[in-house]
Amino acid sequence: MYAFDYHRPSSLADAAKLLAGNSEAKLLAGGHTLIPTMKQRLANPPVLVDLGRVPELRGIQKSGSTLTIGAMTTHDEVAKSADVRSAIPGLCDVAAAIGDPHVRNRGTIGGSIANNDPAADYPAALLALGATIGTNKREIKADDFFKGLFSTALGDGEIITRISFPVPAKFAYMKFANPASRYALVGVAVAQTGGAARVAVTGAGSNGVFRHKAMETALGKGWSAQSLAGVATPASDMMSDMHGDGAYRAHLVGVLARRAVAKAG
Amino acid sequence: MADTGMGASVKRKEDQRFITGKGQYTDDINRPGQTWAVFVRSPHAHANLKGIDASAALASTGCLAVYTGADLAKDKVGNLICGWMIHSKDGSPMKAGPHPALAQGKVRYVGDHVAVVIAETLAQARDAAEKVNVDYEVLPAAVDPATTQNPGQPQVHAEAPNNTVYQWHLGDKAKTDAAFAAAKHVTKLDLTNNRLVPNAIEPRAAIGEYDQGQESFTLWTTSQNPHVTRLVLAAFIGLAPEHKLRVIAPDVGGGFGSKIFIYAEETVCLWASRKVGRPVKWVADRTESFLSDAHGRDHVTTAELAVDGDGKILALRVKTKANLGGYLSTFASSVPTYLYAPLLSGQYDIGAIYCEVDGVYTNTTPVDAYRGAGRPEATFVVERLVEVAARETGRDPAEFRRQNFIKSFPHATPVIMTYDAGDYAACLDKALELADVKGLAARKAASAKNGKKRGLGYSAYIEACGIAPSQAVGSLGAGVGLWESAEVRVNPTGSVEVLTGSHSHGQGHETTFAQLVSQRLGIPIEQITVVHGDTDKVQFGMGTYGSRSGAVGMSAIYHAIDKVIVKAKKVAGFVLEVPEPTVDFKDGIFSSTATNKTLTFPEVALQAYIAHKFSGQQLEPGLKEGAFFDPTNFTFPSGVHICELEIDPETGATTIDKWTAVDDFGTLVNPMIVEGQVHGGIAQGVGQALLEGAVYDKEGQLLTASYMDYCMPRAADLPSYQVAMLGTPCPSNPLGIKGCGEAGAIAAPAAVMNAITDALGHEQIAMPATPLAVWRAAQKAPAKMAAE
Repeated sequence: MYAFDYHRPSSLADAAKLLAGNSEAKLLAGGHTLIPTMKQRLANPPVLVDLGRVPELRGIQKSGSTLTIGAMTTHDEVAKSADVRSAIPGLCDVAAAIGDPHVRNRGTIGGSIANNDPAADYPAALLALGATIGTNKREIKADDFFKGLFSTALGDGEIITRISFPVPAKFAYMKFANPASRYALVGVAVAQTGGAARVAVTGAGSNGVFRHKAMETALGKGWSAQSLAGVATPASDMMSDMHGDGAYRAHLVGVLARRAVAKAG
Repeated sequence: MADTGMGASVKRKEDQRFITGKGQYTDDINRPGQTWAVFVRSPHAHANLKGIDASAALASTGCLAVYTGADLAKDKVGNLICGWMIHSKDGSPMKAGPHPALAQGKVRYVGDHVAVVIAETLAQARDAAEKVNVDYEVLPAAVDPATTQNPGQPQVHAEAPNNTVYQWHLGDKAKTDAAFAAAKHVTKLDLTNNRLVPNAIEPRAAIGEYDQGQESFTLWTTSQNPHVTRLVLAAFIGLAPEHKLRVIAPDVGGGFGSKIFIYAEETVCLWASRKVGRPVKWVADRTESFLSDAHGRDHVTTAELAVDGDGKILALRVKTKANLGGYLSTFASSVPTYLYAPLLSGQYDIGAIYCEVDGVYTNTTPVDAYRGAGRPEATFVVERLVEVAARETGRDPAEFRRQNFIKSFPHATPVIMTYDAGDYAACLDKALELADVKGLAARKAASAKNGKKRGLGYSAYIEACGIAPSQAVGSLGAGVGLWESAEVRVNPTGSVEVLTGSHSHGQGHETTFAQLVSQRLGIPIEQITVVHGDTDKVQFGMGTYGSRSGAVGMSAIYHAIDKVIVKAKKVAGFVLEVPEPTVDFKDGIFSSTATNKTLTFPEVALQAYIAHKFSGQQLEPGLKEGAFFDPTNFTFPSGVHICELEIDPETGATTIDKWTAVDDFGTLVNPMIVEGQVHGGIAQGVGQALLEGAVYDKEGQLLTASYMDYCMPRAADLPSYQVAMLGTPCPSNPLGIKGCGEAGAIAAPAAVMNAITDALGHEQIAMPATPLAVWRAAQKAPAKMAAE
């Protein structure tokens, strides 16, 4: 780790001010990607702005047909939240399957989606659920937020404040974990909201999380695992590494999608 | 005293300090004036060193020195050694290139040591290390052990043409070939024993310190054998005379073999401490551990088994290429030769065996002993072959094994070993019962109904532990004897210190060794301290590896206690005023048929030191005895493991459903600790079979250099084991102990792979059977099994 300046603002306004004043500043949420990268000397931000004490970024609310989760809410808080459980039980399962207890008690939903790791779990859930990402400047649809590997629509000085989810009729996420890292080798989230089916895939796509339009069309005609039989996933669009080549990942997308639909009921 | 004696599951005395964070590991030790070392490591697998420019590093804040291989050469520091001479079948000695602690002229694997930077703080040392400018002329790399001997491959060492260190063999080729020619059936398999990274929880570390006044060195290091480290550093590397070098291996957090060896880092820290005039500390980070801890296994083997028409195994023929890496590590040469081929008879009566092993260089991390060291590789060959031969000839795998088991002892195999005791059928019977093999067909049908494939695999392993008779290993090329030492010091108050040359790095010696003393001297276990890991305290010892510390280390303690009791009886005779031959010692009490008075052990200890009841002419005061124990044979732990698992053919995921282990370890000292060793060993063996594998790309980059890609077994990957033990006492040591530390890792891989291939219906899969590999294999049609 190289030397850096550390700030811990106690309001969103102060955080935004610090970020605006330091073009090279990095936001620190749970730190589960940033800190190890810094320790390996692969990242060298001169300024860190720790969001851990910003009260506006915390909390989970359910109002009407919307569930809102503050950006600094940990995976463990989401996994154990009664409000999340009553609104979108499958989202508790998503959070509960991230990493290990240490990760879940530090890692946050905002940090996860801001990093947009192509094997992270939350991006698939947000995309399938049609979530909206709120920042200190605007609201961004999940469809417009994820921009490929480790890339998002966030602009300079923009801080994720909360994520809002329309409560779906059905939702489930199935993950086949990379045996070593326990990230998703393939993860598939399926949702039915307002009569529309959405399918999002993480861990597999060569350009990160994506919506599987062919599966959405098939599920739109009839919500059942059988509807997905024969729906192709091109292996050429998949990532390939020692843990899984494109053919295997493409195959798993189909398997997990069918299992997710069955689980969603 | 039964509650703390031999055979009692005494809770581990050392765990209180370990689980409350009060252990003292090398990294917990900080010396006054200490500096930090960081190694500049090669990013290339194979390159000429054209130049090293340290000027920017030396100008960096806090940097004290930068040393390279040229500085080592200038100071005439000896090279690292390989301590076991292997001769090729043509009689020539093995061909090894030099192994300097800092590279000289060439680097030979990613992670090879190019320079050391010493600075005031660790961060400053890292900053300076980044500023060392190394001019590499990158060369093509030889990476694959299967092809490294081919013409045109890059040459790792000029001293070893075609990257061949030795072409060794064992057994009777003509007799074996004749048996194959006459066989009704031959089973042939191509097998890969995947390369493993040891992954001890505690990374390696070292602190070197030079005392100018005493002209002596101290080295704190993560070692399984501090005396051997001292011997090598003194006699071969030449850093200090043996009596001017103290090596301390304090608490050590796991080793699995990887901390046996004498590495570059501790050598350099010790040498540099004199040059900079201050203590020099180095602690590996996890990436360095992946790159520079000696790896394990890495065999490519073709193996054949000859069987007659009645199912009798006639002969075994094996050809193995063993990857030794870029340099020969301390015991690298012995692992795929004398620790491997002599176990190829397994538990079976086989008339003829012939094994050829080529030890080869590649541009990869050196390979050396790792939990089991040669014996897991041998068991994997034998138990895969036997299972497949049974399938191919239409025989039940359990009954095929039973038919071919060795049934009388002693039994001389065609490959050096003479097995002393065992009851292989008893272990098999117990395992069949515990595993409910009778119910397998119903369980397979139930799995099939759920779209799953269920399989069951056996592994009837044997290992040679308790290494080893010094004369025997000397005749096979070992550079050292493999006895063990002990000293039992009785204090005037009757408490006892046991000094042992064994070294505990997780095994629980502070408990088990004390159990022996508690039982034999009749004193509470709290009155006993086991001292190890410091060459200034323990006179000499050979350390802990090869499941030897119970069989050899405790036997030395046993003999030292014998001498203590003999002396204590003499003291008691004087105090009780009775003739010494009438004195009896039992359960901590000295008594005599000549008096109704008795003495406790502490009372006699006190009398031995105050020496008021006897004169100097009659008896020496004091109560302290030592012993060196050299075993008369290896020990031969054995057993049967049965793995039952279920495969999800849609995803390739494998779930181990049941694990049955029936082991014969001879006499058990502490059944709880033994069971823990079995559990840990199985976890490592399952890791090898399903999860772990070091992968290099063709440039020689280690792709699995972190836990993001190298998969260690987790609790959730493992079932709850059914473990049972049947003991036939070992006749070659006074305690009947055989050793248990490696058995699980030796037995498990074959059991898993036999179960997977049973589930799949064919043999076309190699370790590690990752989900990807299993999914691919599940696409293939089951093999047609030939009926007899």
